[in-house]
Amino acid sequence: MTKQIHLAAHFPGVNNTTVWSDPASGSQIDFDSFRHLAQTAERGKFDFFFLAEGLRLREAKGRIHDLDVVGRPESLTVLSALAAVTTHLGLAATVNSTFNEPYEVARRLATLDHLSGGRAAWNVVTSFDAFTGENFRRGGFLDEADRYTRAEEFLRTARELWDSWAPDAVAADPASGWFLRPGGVTPFRHQGRHFDISGLFSTPRGPQGHPVIIQAGDSDEGREFAASSADVIFSRHSKLDEGRAFYRDVKRRLAAYGRRPEDLKILPAVTYVLGDTDAEARERAVEIRRAQVSPQTAIYFLEAVWGRDLSGYDPDGPLPDVEPDLDEGVAKGHAAFRRDRGELVAKWRALAAEKNLSIRELAIEVSAPQTFIGTPRAVADEIDHFVQTDAADGFIFVPHLTPGGLDDLVDKVVPLLQEKGVFRADYTGPTLRDHLGLSPRTPNRTEENR
Amino acid sequence: MTLHLAVALDGAGWHPAAWRAEGARPDRLFTPGYWADLVVEAERGLLDFVTFEDALGLQSSRPGEPDERLDQVRGRLDAVLIASRVAPLTSRIGLVPTAGTTHTEPFHVAIGIASLDHVSRGRAGWRPQVFARPDQVAHFGRRPPFPALDRSPDRDPALLDHLRNLFGEAADVVEVIRRLWDSWEDDAEIRDVATGRFIDRDKLHYIDFSGDWFSVKGPSITPRSPQGQPLVTSLAHSELPYEFAAKASDVVYVTPRDREDAAAIVESVRAAEAAAGRTEPPLRIFADLVVFLDAHDAAGRKARLDDLDGAELESDAHVFTGTPEELAALLLNWRDAGLAGFRLRPGVLPHDLAAITRGLVPELQAAGAFRTAYDTGDLRGRLGLARPASRYAKAS
Repeated sequence: MTKQIHLAAHFPGVNNTTVWSDPASGSQIDFDSFRHLAQTAERGKFDFFFLAEGLRLREAKGRIHDLDVVGRPESLTVLSALAAVTTHLGLAATVNSTFNEPYEVARRLATLDHLSGGRAAWNVVTSFDAFTGENFRRGGFLDEADRYTRAEEFLRTARELWDSWAPDAVAADPASGWFLRPGGVTPFRHQGRHFDISGLFSTPRGPQGHPVIIQAGDSDEGREFAASSADVIFSRHSKLDEGRAFYRDVKRRLAAYGRRPEDLKILPAVTYVLGDTDAEARERAVEIRRAQVSPQTAIYFLEAVWGRDLSGYDPDGPLPDVEPDLDEGVAKGHAAFRRDRGELVAKWRALAAEKNLSIRELAIEVSAPQTFIGTPRAVADEIDHFVQTDAADGFIFVPHLTPGGLDDLVDKVVPLLQEKGVFRADYTGPTLRDHLGLSPRTPNRTEENR
Repeated sequence: MTLHLAVALDGAGWHPAAWRAEGARPDRLFTPGYWADLVVEAERGLLDFVTFEDALGLQSSRPGEPDERLDQVRGRLDAVLIASRVAPLTSRIGLVPTAGTTHTEPFHVAIGIASLDHVSRGRAGWRPQVFARPDQVAHFGRRPPFPALDRSPDRDPALLDHLRNLFGEAADVVEVIRRLWDSWEDDAEIRDVATGRFIDRDKLHYIDFSGDWFSVKGPSITPRSPQGQPLVTSLAHSELPYEFAAKASDVVYVTPRDREDAAAIVESVRAAEAAAGRTEPPLRIFADLVVFLDAHDAAGRKARLDDLDGAELESDAHVFTGTPEELAALLLNWRDAGLAGFRLRPGVLPHDLAAITRGLVPELQAAGAFRTAYDTGDLRGRLGLARPASRYAKAS
């Protein structure tokens, strides 16, 4: 059977995928930029619009990193405003489970679900670092080993809070005089390793019951967390073979939790470049890569691997002749470099020698190229091929330009997918769960408490 | 002299039986359209701003603990998100949600309100509120239990100490948030292609706050917002919150019983400002009133709601029943005690809100005491407050 494709859009983020130097690049903070991207995604009948989060500005060499876009708004606040200017688009907020508490996050997510008519999603992220903790009351209180145990218990606790209001708890019936139905709101009590809380939850259950849960972790623990608890995985595996392996691995984990393969959608984050011909698309892709990897970014990119200051080197010259300092970390506030840096340096040197590459050329060569490059027809075919051969259930598109970065995808590629019959011509229901083909969450406690 | 007029939105209105009143829309309280209609109506009446109540626990008729009542409105949506939801549907009116200082992370509040200011293009305010209720502590499980609130702190030194502690913490929370709002200078974004820099990092600042309750490093993750410093407003009934307002707020809501009381309270607030050594512009003092407005027999309408609820309405604020003309006369009289304006709490929504915008406002306009069109300024500007430069900007 032909699989239906799920499409989502990511607001251009605070990394070098986002090109801020282009004359067409607009504000990263003005609401109009968010509105334009969200309305474009909705025009393309996308499943959802995604906002990332980072609770401390990135630093390099002890100073705030200044080469990429810096700064963004609070996700839930912007998504709530976007709910007013869209009608069907899902609204996905990244909210950290380490520097928040379940009561507050649960009520904010339930609120967004109410205020959007059932379109809320929560990307549950974990962090543990003392660096981010410096902005919060508890500091860096959590051990790395516990970030998923806390995230898992956090989500479980949030679900208990959402379930403490029956779907019909609000009677609002002047005739009987009951605002709340008797037994409609049940006290909660959660006692666990990370949370020991009790009382009454203050926000009625949202239209979706529970918001859609997104998870992005890639470790074994992260995959298991997703298999047990998530509705969508934001995956990094955007190559066909890796994507298939990841897809198989995660989908096979579902049965252990009594879940079906279709209960969890796997959506890799991808980038794209279109052209009227393949050659034109390839040419544009190279231009964009050069804009993404400025001379300064190329040096920064190597510094993260070398572990030392390379600002004295010419980005258009050969690779640094010094050896990497393997004990020093340079960058803070983004995903840690976990590969063996010494090995990486040797590999890059060999590659640079073989192809005669400068620092900047190497940085462009080894950092991720765009996922889909080609004519609209070729890109539509490739997207469909990925999905039909189980490398993904769809994609989260990360445009490189704010706010126009989705325009050509929606205008040129989406109609071709619709023509193929693999993507919706229109929304078939009002909620994000409807778009994703997920069943509504019914409360675990319905029977015993009614 | 003209006066400022705000409306406090909460649930179905400020009478506990408001949801059972004629014209109430209790089945829509948790829908976006309900809030949009109210705020659009308030903007139609040219009001300065609307406030949105909030708490981190269920409403209760008992101080400090939940009750079992099913016959009053229970349940709330997050106030910051309601304010943001209505921002794109309005263009002039100020939006002032409550967010707590006791359990919520200051960093999250700072970026939430700054984001509301971006989304609304300079119309955001914030009402910091101490959440002293003991039941809310157990919702978080992060602090030792709070004492019960069934006694007066004047007769219970331990309770007074506890409240002092919470207000002291609240003042630190506001200080941190104000620093975070200033932690990006206005021109920090430079997009300098020659040097490859998106920002001038010398214009981003660590706030390095360290106090008795917590420390916060900064800078904010959110660029400085249109107003720079969104409007901070707080409710105060006694010396402790007057002190807090004098240190932390731009606007203070007070609850006088009558004109003489208003004059006495204004004096107390000014004394608190002097004691705090306030250097900011003086507090804009607003009086809160609960209002039931009809051309005929508002008192009868209120009495019928009292009957439904089984008790006479109790309020910290003066409860007014009467005609819009009578209310206009009262407001003009009280104003002369030194008030900048009023925050009206409609007894029943949308009835008493419409009576304010369509009845009271024309009365005040006719008396030359209220604007006949919005100015072009942001919310601070409407209150006569300039847009401050970041405290971290070097004088050039």
